[in-house]
This record gives sequence, structure tokens and C-alpha cells, in this order.
Amino acid sequence: MNIFVCVKQVPDTETKVTPNSDGSFINLDSIKWIMNPYDEFAVEQALQIKAAQSESTVTVVRVGSVRDTEALRTAMAMGADESILVEAEDNLDSYCIAKAIKGGIEKSGKTPDLILCGKQAIDDDCLQVPQLLSQMMELPSVSMVVGFEQTGEDLKLRREIEGGSIEVYSLKTPAVVACNKGLNTPRYASLPGIMKAKRKPLAQHSLADVGVTDGDRRVKYSSFNLPPEKPPGKKFEAMDEDAVAGVVSEVVGLLRNEAKVI
Amino acid sequence: MLNFEYTSEQKEIKELSLKFARNEMHPKAQEYDDNKKFPGDVLAKAWELGLMNTSIPTEYGGSGFTASDSVLITECLAYGCMGMTTSMMANDLALLPIIIGGSDEQKKRWLTPFTNEFKFASFCLTEPGNGSDAAGLKTTIKDNGDHYVVTGNKMWITNAGHADLFVVYGTIDPALKHKGISCIVIDASSEGIEIGKAEDKMGHRCSDTRSLNFNGVKVPKENMLGAPGEGWMIAMKTLDHSRPLVASCALGGAVRALECASQYAKERVQFGVPIAKHQAIQTIIADMGIKVEASRLLVSKAAWLLDQGLPNTKVASMAKAFAADSCMQITTDAVQVYGGYGYSKEYPVEKLMRDAKLIQIYEGTSQIQRLVISREIFKEY
Amino acid sequence: MAKILVFAEHNSGTVKGVTFEILGKLSSHTLEVVAFDGLSDDGVAELGKHGATTIHKIKGEGLDTYSPEGYANALKEVISSGSYDYVFAGSTSLGKDLFPRVAGMFDAGMISEVVEINFDGETFKGTRPLFAGKVLATVELDGPKPHFVTVRPNSIGMPDSAAGGSANVVDVTGNAGSIRAVVNEIIKGASEKLDLTEASIIVSGGRAMKNSDNFKILHEMADVLGATVGASRAAVDSGYADHSMQVGQTGKTVAPTLYIACGISGAIQHLAGMRTSKVIVAINTDPDAPIFQKADYGIVGDLFKVVPVLTEELKKLMN
Repeated sequence: MNIFVCVKQVPDTETKVTPNSDGSFINLDSIKWIMNPYDEFAVEQALQIKAAQSESTVTVVRVGSVRDTEALRTAMAMGADESILVEAEDNLDSYCIAKAIKGGIEKSGKTPDLILCGKQAIDDDCLQVPQLLSQMMELPSVSMVVGFEQTGEDLKLRREIEGGSIEVYSLKTPAVVACNKGLNTPRYASLPGIMKAKRKPLAQHSLADVGVTDGDRRVKYSSFNLPPEKPPGKKFEAMDEDAVAGVVSEVVGLLRNEAKVI
Repeated sequence: MLNFEYTSEQKEIKELSLKFARNEMHPKAQEYDDNKKFPGDVLAKAWELGLMNTSIPTEYGGSGFTASDSVLITECLAYGCMGMTTSMMANDLALLPIIIGGSDEQKKRWLTPFTNEFKFASFCLTEPGNGSDAAGLKTTIKDNGDHYVVTGNKMWITNAGHADLFVVYGTIDPALKHKGISCIVIDASSEGIEIGKAEDKMGHRCSDTRSLNFNGVKVPKENMLGAPGEGWMIAMKTLDHSRPLVASCALGGAVRALECASQYAKERVQFGVPIAKHQAIQTIIADMGIKVEASRLLVSKAAWLLDQGLPNTKVASMAKAFAADSCMQITTDAVQVYGGYGYSKEYPVEKLMRDAKLIQIYEGTSQIQRLVISREIFKEY
Repeated sequence: MAKILVFAEHNSGTVKGVTFEILGKLSSHTLEVVAFDGLSDDGVAELGKHGATTIHKIKGEGLDTYSPEGYANALKEVISSGSYDYVFAGSTSLGKDLFPRVAGMFDAGMISEVVEINFDGETFKGTRPLFAGKVLATVELDGPKPHFVTVRPNSIGMPDSAAGGSANVVDVTGNAGSIRAVVNEIIKGASEKLDLTEASIIVSGGRAMKNSDNFKILHEMADVLGATVGASRAAVDSGYADHSMQVGQTGKTVAPTLYIACGISGAIQHLAGMRTSKVIVAINTDPDAPIFQKADYGIVGDLFKVVPVLTEELKKLMN
């Protein structure tokens, strides 16, 4: 199987994110980049398939800046065979990213049997690319997948929907599958894996190479700013068991009469 | 030309090691310490990821790390837990004499299995009556025709209860002093080995530390590393390699203490502001930071010299002494920043302080390091 | 004026609240609504009251229950027939899956999860959080129409009044088209409650819950309040709660009117997922826990002592 895994590089969840001076995007200087956490599930799924079907190859695709290629290196250190980088600025919209991924995959000359993605990237949280990519590539797709079974061309996927319910899908490869937490436990990149990764091939393309133009941009962002700070709240001491009843009754009163939320 | 930047692989190595420290070691460090529980499960995972036995050369199945890589890994792991790291480092310490003094056949026989399988080895130098005065050891290695007979007692042996191999120092003739000291590898399943009970220690409580008695243990001749009498040279070269590692262990513990203290100082409010806003706390944190940075520079230089094939005895001892003493100071100060909470087991810093103490003692006490350093300085000037 | 279509998602006939939030906010426009069959009479009436003039009700083979391709194909037909400028929907579990597909069919742009709508009559502008709410940005659309926008539930708020008339219901025969990814089965989750992303009250537990059984006391409080129970990443990673309950940057981003955090210290990644809650109550033994900096009402105390008393007090109030 030709398996492609789409990965994005995003700021670490613990990183402080601030708007840049003209509000056109965020400050990129002090950011610690990681592979989008949901993409780790996709990489792991690909590697599990590869382990079961030795003739499979796993190619990771990323659209983003070359400043730091952390996400691709991590994926290859985990065990992916090769990677494709489509060089672009970090604030591209979902439409352009999906189109660039499609172009990057086509450039590889391989016909995908399976395209795995994280269900969403935790930077812009759009949750669009897997579905858009499936439309552009005319492939079936399932999002938010928490269960994956494969028998030959047949896929049986479990998708998480509201209230923790599960939809069970059946479809055939080739397909686009967007992975959610709970699907598997991503492995660590091993130290020998890290040493090996540097010798694995990395193909690099520009946006123009893969057919993405300025006219493809659909969503325009501006005026990045910090959310308004909340005024300080009220704090009540109830470590002493005798104080609990009084404090609780006061807070319930405030919720009712001051905040008017119950 | 000075260059303080990590290579891209080193950045990734650091990233992985830190991730492992945070996800696998931090959640278990306190519990394993409380219960004196051997971290076999954590270490097995570390081995899977190639975080153990980093000194083994590529020819024998190792990953081909430089000393600079190894100290970086050790720093990160010690940031996770100094006790668990001691257990991992003990393997390197035991395998280094084989790497330094072993023949190609011996290296294949003893090193390669450690890359294929998760297992332990112990370095056996210290004896009940000989700690700092290592050359005065009493264990004898007697030539008995087609084999050697090893007799003697060893003390404070890390991983002794789990080891497959013991790398043992003894003397072929006490009258020869240094020149009689020899290093021999003993299979743990050999007859006549008595393993003592696990020591109840102040810190590094999850690591397994025991006494060992060799009661006339028969050892094949081909288990001698180098020629009889070359053991002291092997031991000294081993220490040149292991002291930067031990120093980086102290450094990792110090980094953890600095992180904890700094974060706590920003959260803890007294007199209406976080204590990080008080000058008294700021100077403590700054001093901790200075010592961490200076320790790292010494550790890096000691490892760099080794990688260049240059003599590093002096700097390795400086790194070990300075990093260990700094770690003690930094962890003590971290407890101070936490105040009463720091003294409680509910917070991680009291363990760091207990763990720090051992690093001033093992692998050559801080006093022995100064003896080595002064000797080297007197040679220079 | 821009021509607008609003997708009305319903759960067994009951229209989801976010639909009314959207209709209320866009009430100065002529509003058409599209919904799949099964809408209750009440639902139809409510949509009319909230300003819907026409409701396109899609009925057809294979459209009784959700399938991404079936719904997308059927919606495409309705949208194509109306030359709309904008299509709005709630950013619900279904909306998140479906609308990027529909937008893709039109080669059109889509903005996910806006929390504010600014419309000058012709051109849409919105505000949406990025980096899990650490920053906000203004967002606009370009390229072929229609433009698609989904709206985060509970973020705009219900309109103060619903003074519209009654809507004209138009039945449309939908075509599910060819479906490659078939939904064979739906396994009901334990919770019959509203999904976290739509809940207006959330009771959440952290690592201090100690085990999964202890979540019982949170469920008891949630039952009294009609709330949904959530959990912090620490609680999920420790195995106390299912991932579907996780609130935070790697879980669900929520915006309820009331968020009660029990034994949650308030790691950045958790705060990122719930900071836009209207009112936050925190219960924690550590007076310095970062959650207290975000809480409107903080109770420094043991959750196992406080929660049962709170549940009793709320019970009295609700009766």
C-alpha cells in the first residue's frame, strides 16, 4: 500500500502565543514547534499498517515553512520512509493547504491507497483539510476516526460523534481517514530512529510547483489580538469543613443573582 | 572556534529524552522512590528507545553516540529522575571497561547482547574497607592454571540484584599495589557469588544497591580484560568517560530543581504578590541559574575533549565536582523557595535534595575530585 | 442585501440552539433555512418566529439518518438552486464533518467556528479564536460563492426576542447520490446529554477526582443542572474519564454559560479549551492553582466535601 500521512507543524500546547506587532499574524520567533498531536495518531496508524503489510511505504507530507522541519523529522524518526515538504508560509488557509497536499502527493508519482490525517490541527482548529482533500481527490473520507480495521481493500472505521456515540463506517480504499485521539498510542521516535531519519529522502516543492496560486486563497485573516482579560473573580476559603455550607450557599446565590446563569 | 549550538540530531535527541523524562519518569519518580521500587518497566521502555547503553560503539550494535550526545541524554534523563538514571548509567559504567580494555572477541561477546536484549551489568570496584582509596582493594584474583579464582567483598554495587555481568576489580598481588590491579568479567550465574540485600538509602531509592561476596568464584581465563595488572589503567580511563556522565546526571537534577523552584515562585503568593517578585527569591533563582549554566559548560567541555581524543581528566573531575556540589546547593535552595511545602513529600523538591547528595559521594567524592584536579594543576604550573 | 441560507440541524425534530443564535444575529436579512426531514411542528414554528421566511425541507431515500456523502449531495442541490451568497451552520459535531465537504463541492471558502458575526448587509466579517483561543482574529472570505461559515454554539447568544412570523415550508426531494462511506451502525454513547461543545452548563473533573468512580458525584450535580460532564486531560490520561469528555486544546473547545471545574489545576492547555465560558466556578484545594485566576467564583476547598453540598444546594434551588 502507498500510505500518505499529512502532518502539520504547530506551536506546542504550552507555548505562549501572542499577536505580532502589526496584528497580521502571531509572533513566530519564540515558538516551540511540535507535530500536531492529532497527526501523531495518523503516523502511528500508518506505521501499524506498514508493520502488518511489509510492502507498504509511508510518505509524510507537510505544507509549511522550512524554518524548522520538526514534524517531518519526527515522523521519519518514528518510522516513516520518506517525506514531502511543500514550502509555504505558516498562515495558509485550509483550501490552499488541501490543494498543496494534493499537488505534493501527485508529484511523488505514487497513487495513494490511503491518506491519513489528524482530525484537525490545533493551531487554526479549522477541521477542514481532510474533508476538502477528499473532495479534491474524489475519494471517500471519514473524519474523527477512533477505530480502524482493514481487510484487504475494505475498511471498517469508527467515528466519534456527539455524546461519545460512535458511527461505524464501511468503505473501500483508496480513502482519506482523519484520526482522533483514542485511535492508538503513538510511539516515541527512538534514538536509532532519529539517527536513521537524517538519511531518509525529503522532497521539497514550492507552492507554484504544486499548482497553488494567490488566487486560491479563500480565507483572509487580519487584526490578530489577545482575547480580553477577565476581571479578577471572587475567591472563598472552604478548607475548613465547617465553612463549606456557608461558602456553597453564597456561591449559589451569586450564580443566581449576580451572574444569572442558573 | 567555539560553538554552543546543538546539532539538529542533538536537538531531536534532547527532545525525545525530555519527552521520555516528562511522560515516563516524572509520573513515577515519587512513587518508586517512596516504595524503593526498581524501575524495571521504565528502564525497559528506555532501552527500547535506545536511551540506554549509549556508550556502545556501532561495530558492536550501538547507535554511535558521541560522548557529547551521551551527556545530553543523561542530563535529560536525570531531569526525569536521578535515581532511575543512576540505574541506567550503572550499565554504561560497567560496560565502559569492556569498551576500553576488551578485545574484539570480548566486545562481541559482552557488548552486542546489550543491544539485542534489555539487561543489566554492574561495575564492582568499591569494597567495605576501600572507597576513595580504591587502589587498596582486597579482592584477589588468583591464577589457578586454566582459570582464575576470585575472592573478596564488594560494596554499594548498583543493579547487583538484576545484573547478568559483574565487571570486577581485584588484585593479582596486593604487594604490587596499582600494578597488581586487574579487571575481570564474571558471569552472574557463576557459582560462589552471594548477593546481599538491597540497601535502604537516603536517595536514589529506586535504584538497586547491594553488597556482593565472591567466595572463590572460578572465572575462565578469557574473561580477563587486557593483561593482568592493567586494571588500574582501565579503571582510570573508565572514570574519564564516566565522570562527565555522572556530572550530567547532577546537571539534570539541578535543571529539574530550577524549573520547579522557578514555576513555584511565580505561583506562590505572599505579601500580595508572587514570591518571584521578591528580591530575596530572585537572587536565589539567579544563583541557581548561574550554577546550572556553568555546570553545563564544564560537562560539555569534558565530553568534547573526550570526543576529540584529548586528555580530559582534569576537566572531567572539575565537571563532576562542580556539577555535584552545585546540584546539592540548587536542590537545597529549591526546598528553601518552596518553604514548608518543599519539606513535604507532596512536592518533588525534597527528593531532589536527597538524590543530589549521592552525586557528591559516588564515582569519586567531591574531595577526591579536588585531589585529582590539584594534581593535574600542579603538573601544569 | 446578501442572500443567506441557514442550515437547521435538529435532533429527533428539536432544532439545535445554535440555529436560533445564527437566525437572531442575522435577523436584518431575508433568511431561508434548509433542514432534513423529521423537523417537528414546534421546530418549524420556532424557526419562523426567529425570522426564517422559507424552510427547504429535504426528504429522500437514504437521507433518514446522517451520512456525510448523502447529506452533502442533497445539500448541494438545494444550495445550487438558490444562488446564495452565504450558507451558515452551527459548528456542531455534524456541522464540522459536513460543511467542509459541501464547501469543497463548490470549490468555495469556508470559515470554521466563528464566535462573532459582523455583517454590513453585503459582506460578512467574523471573529474566530485561533491557537485554542490564545488569540482572536478577524476573518473574511474570498473566491467563488456561496461562502460558508460555521458558528460555535453558545458564543453569540440567543436573541432577546423572536418576533418573526411563520415560515413557508417547501418540500424538496433530495438525492443522496452514490455513497462510498456507508454508516452501518450507530453505537450509542453512555451520555444522552448534550455534547460538550453544545452544552450550556459543564461540570468538569480533573486529576484530583482520583478515579473514574468518583466522577459519580459530578454526574449527580450535572443531573440537577441539566449539565454535561467533562474532564481535564490529566483525568483522561490517568484513565478516569473517556477522551470524548476531554476539554482542552487536545480535546474539545467549549463555551458554556457556566463551567464548574472540580479539582482542575488549570494547565494552559485546559484553560485554552474553556476560557470563553461565560462564568467559571473553580473548586480546588490549592489556593494558588492557576484555574483561580480565570474563575469568576473560586472555592478553595476539597471537592469531595464541596461538591455534594453544592449538589444539595442546587437541588433546593431548582425545585
